[in-house]
Amino acid sequence: MELFDNHRKLFGTAALFFIVLTTLVAIMPAINNQEKNASLPDAVPLSEDAIKGKALFVSNGCVGCHTQQVRNVDMDKVWGARPSLAADYADIHRTDFWRNTATLMGTERTGPDLTDIGTRQPGKEWHLVHLFNPRTVVKESIMPAYPWLFTIKKEPSKSDIIVNVPAEYLDGQEGKVVATKDAMYLVAYLQSLKQVKLPDGETSPGFLYKREEKKTGDNGPGAMPDGQALFAANCQSCHQANGEGLQGAFPPLKGSAVVMGDNLEMYVDIIMNGYDARAEFGTMPAVGTNAGFTELDVAALINYERSSWGNEGKKVSPDEVKKIMDFLKLKVTK
Amino acid sequence: MQTNIFGKTASLIISFLVFEIIPVTARANPSDFSFHSGKTPVWIALLFTLLLLFIAIILKQRITGVRNIYKKRKLEQQGHLLRKYTLSLNSRQIEKLIQYRQKNKNYVNSNKVTALLFFIFTIGLSLISYNDASAQDAVKTANNSLLGEAGIWITVVLLLIPITAGVVLIFVKVTNILNQQKNNYLTEEAEALAAHLRSLPEEEAEALLKKRKAALDYQLTHKELSGSQQADDEKGLLQIHDGTELPIVALKKKALQRPNVDPALSRLILWYLGCATFWLLFGTTVGEYVGIKFVAPDADHLSWLSFGRLRPVHTNAVFWGWASLGMLGLGYYVVPRVSNTKLASMKKGWCALILINAAVLLGSICLMAGINNGGGEYREYIWPVMLLFGMGLLLTLENFIKTIATRTTKEIYISNWYIVSAIMFALVITIVAYVPYWQNGLGETIIQGYYMHQGVGMWFMLFTLGFVYYILPQQLNKPIYSYSLGILAFWTQILFYTTIGTHHFVFSSIPWWLQTVAIVGSAGMAIPVLAGTTNFLMTFKGGWYKVKDSYTLPFFLVGIIFYFTGSMQGTAEAFRSTNLMWHFTDFTTAHSHLTMYGIICFFIWAGVYAIVPRLTGREAPQIAVGMHFWLALIGLLFYTVPLMYGSTLKGLMWMEGKPFIESVVLMAPYWLWRAIGGSLMWLSHLVFAYNMYKMIANREVVDVQETAIQKLEENTAAIQPIA
Repeated sequence: MELFDNHRKLFGTAALFFIVLTTLVAIMPAINNQEKNASLPDAVPLSEDAIKGKALFVSNGCVGCHTQQVRNVDMDKVWGARPSLAADYADIHRTDFWRNTATLMGTERTGPDLTDIGTRQPGKEWHLVHLFNPRTVVKESIMPAYPWLFTIKKEPSKSDIIVNVPAEYLDGQEGKVVATKDAMYLVAYLQSLKQVKLPDGETSPGFLYKREEKKTGDNGPGAMPDGQALFAANCQSCHQANGEGLQGAFPPLKGSAVVMGDNLEMYVDIIMNGYDARAEFGTMPAVGTNAGFTELDVAALINYERSSWGNEGKKVSPDEVKKIMDFLKLKVTK
Repeated sequence: MQTNIFGKTASLIISFLVFEIIPVTARANPSDFSFHSGKTPVWIALLFTLLLLFIAIILKQRITGVRNIYKKRKLEQQGHLLRKYTLSLNSRQIEKLIQYRQKNKNYVNSNKVTALLFFIFTIGLSLISYNDASAQDAVKTANNSLLGEAGIWITVVLLLIPITAGVVLIFVKVTNILNQQKNNYLTEEAEALAAHLRSLPEEEAEALLKKRKAALDYQLTHKELSGSQQADDEKGLLQIHDGTELPIVALKKKALQRPNVDPALSRLILWYLGCATFWLLFGTTVGEYVGIKFVAPDADHLSWLSFGRLRPVHTNAVFWGWASLGMLGLGYYVVPRVSNTKLASMKKGWCALILINAAVLLGSICLMAGINNGGGEYREYIWPVMLLFGMGLLLTLENFIKTIATRTTKEIYISNWYIVSAIMFALVITIVAYVPYWQNGLGETIIQGYYMHQGVGMWFMLFTLGFVYYILPQQLNKPIYSYSLGILAFWTQILFYTTIGTHHFVFSSIPWWLQTVAIVGSAGMAIPVLAGTTNFLMTFKGGWYKVKDSYTLPFFLVGIIFYFTGSMQGTAEAFRSTNLMWHFTDFTTAHSHLTMYGIICFFIWAGVYAIVPRLTGREAPQIAVGMHFWLALIGLLFYTVPLMYGSTLKGLMWMEGKPFIESVVLMAPYWLWRAIGGSLMWLSHLVFAYNMYKMIANREVVDVQETAIQKLEENTAAIQPIA
């Protein structure tokens, strides 16, 4: 055939075929997408610090392990309140002359998704300790340590941001760990990663592939969730698996007055809405609200915390918790 | 009767497997077997029953054997049997018999059997102990309601130990008795036979025995076919090795000597392949270290060596350094050869080599220094670095097309379709990926999905298929099975592969229709993959025996197998349901190694081992090629299989909503296996580098024959210079 024996025609046809297909499935959808979508009205542009932090996030290859996309499937619910939308990425443009756009959606989740990390973990204390060496706070973590974002000073000045790292993670160096500007930029970026609320009246697309409720058989709807699993997923990275917290950063729950005390209202309030009353510790985020805890979850969690690490507290029932949660909601709306 | 028993046993075991084991695995956790679980007694009872059944079957077989001997003796005609025995004597026995008969002495000796009493005694004993066992079984059944209690089943186990020992003892005793009995019968038979042989009449004995002996002693002269003339290889067909030592590895055929390739082109190709080998060593050393970091995250705390920076160094060095240069090196051999012409420009070849090496070197340094394009996979090199690579490709494209334009064949061989298209498409995707006009917001992601997958499928796969279409038939010494299948695969590859990029972003916020197109395209990939696999395997047809004689064909075979399995695995991964389970897990890492390593690397190695000896006239030691092959293959399986298994469990764990950190803990052993497999792969690359050295390095060993001829030629040349 003439086509096959003429190199111009053969290679010309193949190239044309490929370029046409490329235009149809890549270039046109890409252009269409970038023109059609705009960012949400409530979206906050990155601060200058956060922009520098994002550059650090990119240059250290964090996207190799951390995604920034909540897929519209049920299993991704833990990473955000709603599936990510094209609008969430619409405002991301070319970084600079040398570097391409970085949506940082990622393709591998060796570590947790970071779409909403700023909501889940707003305190800088945790991030700093974790960045210095992740195993300080999460023993099982395999994330790299980033000690080059910190300096060690014998006599830090007042303006220095001191990170309370246990001595065993200092490799024998003496002095205080002080966060460099880079560390603060990176934390600023992580803190800025929050899912933006949809405008009023907009409904979010649903999550697909709902998980089937496990047939426990007994008690029907009253079956309690696993308190230990809830603790591991939501609380453990600060308060630690042994309930002892981290000195100078996160308070212990073992023997804690809040956990063991009689003020159940305050206890539920802290779980649902966070806490920032004690200067010596970091800020606690609104863990329960962020994760969408029900009264069953809260009760299971409280019962787990009250019966672990030597704690022997009174068990609570979901009904008691529900009353308090309804009351707290009223307070918030007022 | 026996098969019946076996059938029943088999069905019992199978039904047990179906009802007990399958649900366990389907639950997806590692088998929840525990010595504290209530199921343990069931397992033990079952094992015990199986043991009893097994022993019963063996005993039954033994008894039947003995009974058969007895029956045979009763039923068959004594004379007939003895005659049969006589005829089946061997030559030596006949000779002794004849000698004996000549001495012709008679005496009878008989031996009485006295084992009967002992037999009855033992049976009685066994019965008693068996009764014991039944009694204890009864105890066990009575306890059945209490089986949930740990203490009870410990007791049951303790009771079962002596029972089992007793059963085994009975078995041994009964077997011994049966053996004795059998031997007694046989001894009696032997005596009868001896008597029969003594009593044979003279003439019959002579006729029968001597004739039989002559028949048995008959031997061929070993010259029936060859005749008695001395062998002489007049046409030089035979190659005789006089090495007589036992070979450690199978001896494979030597590479065939070919007409010399232009030494300048040889040098260029060898430099390409040599640089590729360097980047393979560099890239996989980095990869190995990155793999170790999954097991030992605190191995070092240097920014330049941190995981996030080294990971792209590894992927890009093996992509643009090793695989690309390796393919191009082979391309420089294949393109002029199938065009039956000279390479258009040697200079451009060298320029391209320098540009690509510079790109990988600079790119690696940039990445380690933290200079990164934005995080898209395989797009981590910033544009000035990738520009060098692109220029290298452009030069190569021009060079190859000009070479093909001056071809002396009418048609363009299919290899050149694939190779030239691969370079054109690689240029197109690089331009699409680096031009900024369509990269804002999700545009970047759509382009990323397109780019990363076209990089694999349109650059590496297409180019590799191109040189395989030439080197594989050449190594098999037969034409490719079907040219048309190659053409079908070519066009369908372009049609389907181009569309599948976004399957890396299924369930993400890129348009749903685009995801669907990608999934459909992934399914369509079955067509080119099947066409290609069929074509290669059918080319092997009738030449399979060559695999064991060749050290290149095994590499091709592994490449073909992974071409099929790896590519179809890619299709399977693209569906929405499998995406739920496998996306974001290490399954992707396992898949990319199965394909990039199992297909691309194995094909490149096959090509290197086929081509380099032709260029240099030197071969790698076969034992080292074998080591390279097996270390790479076993390493790859150790790397990928545990990773696929572990990541499936991880995905299911995520779907169940377990805390994330549990999935990290779960993966620890599989990451360790990955590091072990990776180490084997890395070792195989050291061996490969050694092989490259052996094939390329000019070792100053004087070849006696060659030098002698040269000396003669020098003498002639002195008299009559050659123009």
